[in-house]
Amino acid sequence: MPKSLIVIGAGMASGRLLEHLFEAGGDWQVTLFNAEPRGCYNRIMLSPVLSGEKTYDEIVTHDDAWYAAHGVTCRFGEKVAAIDRAARTVTSETGEVLAYDKLVIATGSQPFIIPMPGHDLDGVIAYRDLDDTERMMALAPGARAVVIGGGLLGLEAAAGLHARGVDTTVVHLMGHLMERQLDAAAGYLLRKELVDRGIKVRCSTNSRQILGQDGQVRALQLEDGEELPCDLLVMAVGIRPNVALAAAAGLAVGRGIHVDDRLCTSDADIFALGECVEHEGALFGLVAPLYDQAKVLAAVLAGEDDAAFRQKELSTKLKVTGCDLFSAGDFAEGPGREDIVFRDPARGVYKRLVLEKDRLIGAVMYGDTADANWFFGLIREGRDVSDMREMLIFGPAYQGGTGADPLAAVAALPADAEICGCNGVCKGRIEAAIAEGAVDLGGVRAVTKASASCGTCTGLVEQVLAATLGDAFALPVAQPVCGCTDLTHEDVRRLIKSHPLKSQEAVWQELGWKTRNGCHVCRPAINYYLLADWPLDYRDDPQSRFVNERNHANIQKDGTYSVMPRMWGGMTNAAELRAIADAADKYGAAIKVTGGQRIDLLGVRKQDLPAIWADINAAGMVSGHAYTKGLRTVKTCVGTDWCRFGTQDSTGLGITLEKRLWGSWTPHKVKLGVSGCPRNCAEATCKDVGVICVDSGFQIGVSGAAGMDVKEVERLHDAATEDETVEWIVAFLQLYREHAKYLDRAYKWTAKVGLDWVRAQLADDATRQALVARFDLSQSIYQKDPWAERATPEAARRFAPMADLTLEAAE
Amino acid sequence: MSWIDIGALDDIPLRGARIVKTRMGCVALFRTDPEEVFATSDRCPHRGGPLSEGIVHDRKVTCPLHNWVFSLETGAAQGADEGVIATFPVRVEAGRILIDAAALGRRSAA
Repeated sequence: MPKSLIVIGAGMASGRLLEHLFEAGGDWQVTLFNAEPRGCYNRIMLSPVLSGEKTYDEIVTHDDAWYAAHGVTCRFGEKVAAIDRAARTVTSETGEVLAYDKLVIATGSQPFIIPMPGHDLDGVIAYRDLDDTERMMALAPGARAVVIGGGLLGLEAAAGLHARGVDTTVVHLMGHLMERQLDAAAGYLLRKELVDRGIKVRCSTNSRQILGQDGQVRALQLEDGEELPCDLLVMAVGIRPNVALAAAAGLAVGRGIHVDDRLCTSDADIFALGECVEHEGALFGLVAPLYDQAKVLAAVLAGEDDAAFRQKELSTKLKVTGCDLFSAGDFAEGPGREDIVFRDPARGVYKRLVLEKDRLIGAVMYGDTADANWFFGLIREGRDVSDMREMLIFGPAYQGGTGADPLAAVAALPADAEICGCNGVCKGRIEAAIAEGAVDLGGVRAVTKASASCGTCTGLVEQVLAATLGDAFALPVAQPVCGCTDLTHEDVRRLIKSHPLKSQEAVWQELGWKTRNGCHVCRPAINYYLLADWPLDYRDDPQSRFVNERNHANIQKDGTYSVMPRMWGGMTNAAELRAIADAADKYGAAIKVTGGQRIDLLGVRKQDLPAIWADINAAGMVSGHAYTKGLRTVKTCVGTDWCRFGTQDSTGLGITLEKRLWGSWTPHKVKLGVSGCPRNCAEATCKDVGVICVDSGFQIGVSGAAGMDVKEVERLHDAATEDETVEWIVAFLQLYREHAKYLDRAYKWTAKVGLDWVRAQLADDATRQALVARFDLSQSIYQKDPWAERATPEAARRFAPMADLTLEAAE
Repeated sequence: MSWIDIGALDDIPLRGARIVKTRMGCVALFRTDPEEVFATSDRCPHRGGPLSEGIVHDRKVTCPLHNWVFSLETGAAQGADEGVIATFPVRVEAGRILIDAAALGRRSAA
């Protein structure tokens, strides 16, 4: 007499269980309940169905004929209402009572829906079953969809929607995509690939509510109030095991239904498997362990005593066509763990292996996953890899061979091998240039253009030089920015423009930074380059600024700050002086008259900064930027207003210049002077930019210095009018902003590029006017008083300690 | 251990720092990653620079006065410099930062 087996849930786990059960030949009378009105299909292949690469019929694993052939009674579209353990029966939702000898619960999981306002609107769905998939497939091309969740499922949904022509945005709470499976570097490459395809991706983004109209979803509103309009909203933020039925029957449940190694619940006749179970504290969302469970449970039901389920290392692959991505094991950083990293940003390849005690414990790969299974095997075997460590990351093909010599590899390239992709220069052309007399990179670049565009092939060109010239070629000793990279400042600036790179993360990842997020040397430089080149796309990062620029005041040796308001062209008035005097009294500041014709308030405590700024703002003054790599002062003499020798309104011109230039960030500090006659009372001839007024007009000098070096300015241009003077000075500073190395004063920069080159650039009307236009565009973003922005109570809070524990009781 | 809540995680900008005043002096809290916070003494052993005002990179901070670099995990000065700053147990839970008050007390006794 066959025994009665009731299975609740026809998912992938129970489907596989039945296969094994019938293979073993046991005598079972099986009844299969399923809440979905269909049998078992391959749920993980829903993504290809969504993207149109497969049809539903192709992913059905068990059809009616199969169930019939095995005598399975199918009750699809019918839920089980209750389990009576004492009577060993289940009650269906229609009220029918069926007896069982053994019961298998395979109720799976349900998607977690964030209970934010609007989650019950029509058009808000999860991504779980065929119904959800069909809902997404019903969207017309050009419709808009938002996917909340940048994990495996969310991205597959987004890629599928995008493939159907839907305008898709992914909103993800964490800093990078698939943070559970990928590290930041691989997450970055994945994001780039998706964005390049046209999928919009918003990381570190929190949602506030879902907005609707007539009960239908209209938009997702983000934490900052921004609305993302959508016709469909997919939530893919995680799953929860379905435990309600088991819990109601009094079985032990935690997050999932508790099972032992034999998949047995707290009732000896009831088993559970799949996404609804919890085994040794773990839940299961991937298919591999589910299939393992199915195998073990079939053996247990067949009476095998030694069958036991063991958790194994898992690996993940993203099923998005064209995104090759793999992760396995544990790849978190930790003490005693070592990384082996391979990057080829230009090809979009990234591989990272994590080793602990000479064993491979984790792997993340992006772009090239051909060796993934071999690495996964090493992780599972827990094998000692110390003997193959050197070549490990290159995969199985390189084991046991000798180390590759890059120079030999280049020497072996045929003459028609392409070296520079941008300019289509092959190896033979470079060798010809060398034969014609080129001896260094500059020489090759000048005649062939190789490496002159994006610069990625610079190393290759140098290797061709080395291979051709032998010892006659000395690799140039270019000073890299810092230990985080081998690139020079000039390389980085060029690559930021040519790639283009518009975020620090993009610079770190695409230029192969060796550190996670730079250091105190490169971060301020990169931050400056990005904001100077991309004023509209990049936003200044205060955490990449030195303390003075972050706090908008100069830190003093005792940890207090100095506060210096702007005095336009060195002019002030009685009301301003009173306000400064009052502020000095109120905050206990010392007063110093500076060399830049303004007044410094010294000894202000950090937590008082927002208040003193508010007081100074109230008197009509703004920050003097005495702490920035930016415009400091414009020193003037009294000019024709008062002086009997004055030839022009030097004070007025100084004020005009200062009002145009203030607030701009520059590679290093910039000081100006405007003197009304050649007696030069404003000391304009040792400034970064100095103007000497004469009867016939204005002599503009640049690149003076009066610090560590003392240097007189060199004449840039003689201008006839004030307007012409201002235009040339603005254009000069913009050229400096766009080209100089961070922390080079103007005189160091012009010494490198040559003042002739600078003059030639500025003498061209179109070039000069374009420089002015770019400067003004940048000023539309950055010419704002930083003090006024930080004098608000919310901003001011950040200047105070987070907490004061001195007030707590001692214990 | 006696964990006390000292504020919200988002009160510290990413790769930034804030301070907490204690009876033993200021303790700096560094947010090195969206969900990762370290706590150390705010005072550089070199010339007393406020470490919370330094640039935070990886799990390290650079003192704003003379560029000494400290590991936030061990407190040890990096490179050629020699010195160590006190580190304190801290954890992040549901968007809040918790610090071990007992550890702060121990340092005062030492």
